[in-house]
Amino acid sequence: MTPHVAAVTTPYTVPAALMDTLQVTVLVLVAAGATAVVLTRQPVRQVVMLSAYGLLLAMLFMVFQAPDVTLSELTVGAVVLPILLLLALAKVRRREE
Amino acid sequence: MTPAARRYIFLVAGAGFLAFYLWGLAGLPGFGRYPGPYGTVINGIAVAQTKATGVVSAINFSYRGFDTVGEEFVLFAAATGMSIVLRHLRGERERPALDEAMDRTAPATSEAVRMAALLLAGPTVVIGWYLASHAQTSPSGGFQGGVVLATAFILIYLAGQFLVFERVSPIAITDATEAVGAAGFVCTGLGAVPLGLPYLSNVLPLGTTPGAVDSSGTIALISFFVGVEVAAAFVLIVGELLEQALLVRQEGR
Amino acid sequence: MHIVPFVVVAWIAGVGLYGLVTSRHLIHQIVCLIVLQSSTYVLLLGVGYVTGAVAPYFYDIPVHTPAVDPVVQALALTDVVVEAAVTALLLSFAIQAHKRFGTLDPQELAEFKG
Repeated sequence: MTPHVAAVTTPYTVPAALMDTLQVTVLVLVAAGATAVVLTRQPVRQVVMLSAYGLLLAMLFMVFQAPDVTLSELTVGAVVLPILLLLALAKVRRREE
Repeated sequence: MTPAARRYIFLVAGAGFLAFYLWGLAGLPGFGRYPGPYGTVINGIAVAQTKATGVVSAINFSYRGFDTVGEEFVLFAAATGMSIVLRHLRGERERPALDEAMDRTAPATSEAVRMAALLLAGPTVVIGWYLASHAQTSPSGGFQGGVVLATAFILIYLAGQFLVFERVSPIAITDATEAVGAAGFVCTGLGAVPLGLPYLSNVLPLGTTPGAVDSSGTIALISFFVGVEVAAAFVLIVGELLEQALLVRQEGR
Repeated sequence: MHIVPFVVVAWIAGVGLYGLVTSRHLIHQIVCLIVLQSSTYVLLLGVGYVTGAVAPYFYDIPVHTPAVDPVVQALALTDVVVEAAVTALLLSFAIQAHKRFGTLDPQELAEFKG
């Protein structure tokens, strides 16, 4: 492995075990969320799952110390993308009637 | 190609992809062991050089401003592309928005939704404006602020009808706003060129307090223009889709 | 702990690709594409993380506090917003395909020739 900096400590660092547990938990939840989104075959239900997945991703980005990306993902992934998808689905469903 | 054959080929290709990925992973220093110099270097000098305490926004709009111009134009092209792709095909007409749908009754929007959307629309605009104008200070910036501003317009649609949405954001004005946002970004960058500096250099006064609203020169200005452009692009996109879903009809139905 | 995020990235990418390949509905395929793109955000942020460091914002903490890599955060940030616009463009293609061919099944659409 390439050489690296040692773990840093700041006045704001929490114990490493706590941070590790938090990150692994959220990572596992994100993996499960992604599987659930893909395995939901009905489009309307999948959009709701995508919204929840966006929320999980936002939590993950927060735990990775990236508040800017959290804000972006919250607004885009949990609000704007489901709206776009639901509008497209409404358009398609109307034509099938 | 049968679904079974498709799955089999996917498994083979997936195994190859996994092999390459693991090979690349072996060269990474591991999660949390960050070796590279760039992050540490930028964290050390960004605040002193640009007087902006939000280093991510300083990178977005100053150090790597040219990449952000490119990304903004992807956004612009996507919004314009939508208007072109969703043009009326032969045999379609747009029924006037006042026409009551005879073939379909939508459920009436519940009063709770309308009240909540109405109450939230104003604070959402304020929050979006705050986010777009404080890029140099805290975790905010033009992109997030623009999306939150667009959400305010969507709330107006939820609180009322499509007619209200169209009256508040007519397509001509939204188009013009988006163009102003994109052009503003490009021209702010061009402002440095007559002084003999590279495009997008930070030439406005940098202010004294790092992270104050008037500090960091062009970063705040660019963030404002980006916010305007992103908000207009998303309002345009949602307006196009709403129009398709509600207004455009096949001839003879 | 040092490889867990990258394993999760590979898992999400694999799951997203699987959904993309075996899908029977264009909108379902577009959502699987969104999941695939989200794996790249996790990869970007995972590469830039420093154990024990804080977020790179210095308005209330001293300027030389060790912070995580801000360059990958800048990349992921613009990425997220631009992806939504490109998804909207893809959705408009799906709508036009449905108008033209009457079906949203990608395996049926593949058989049309022009």
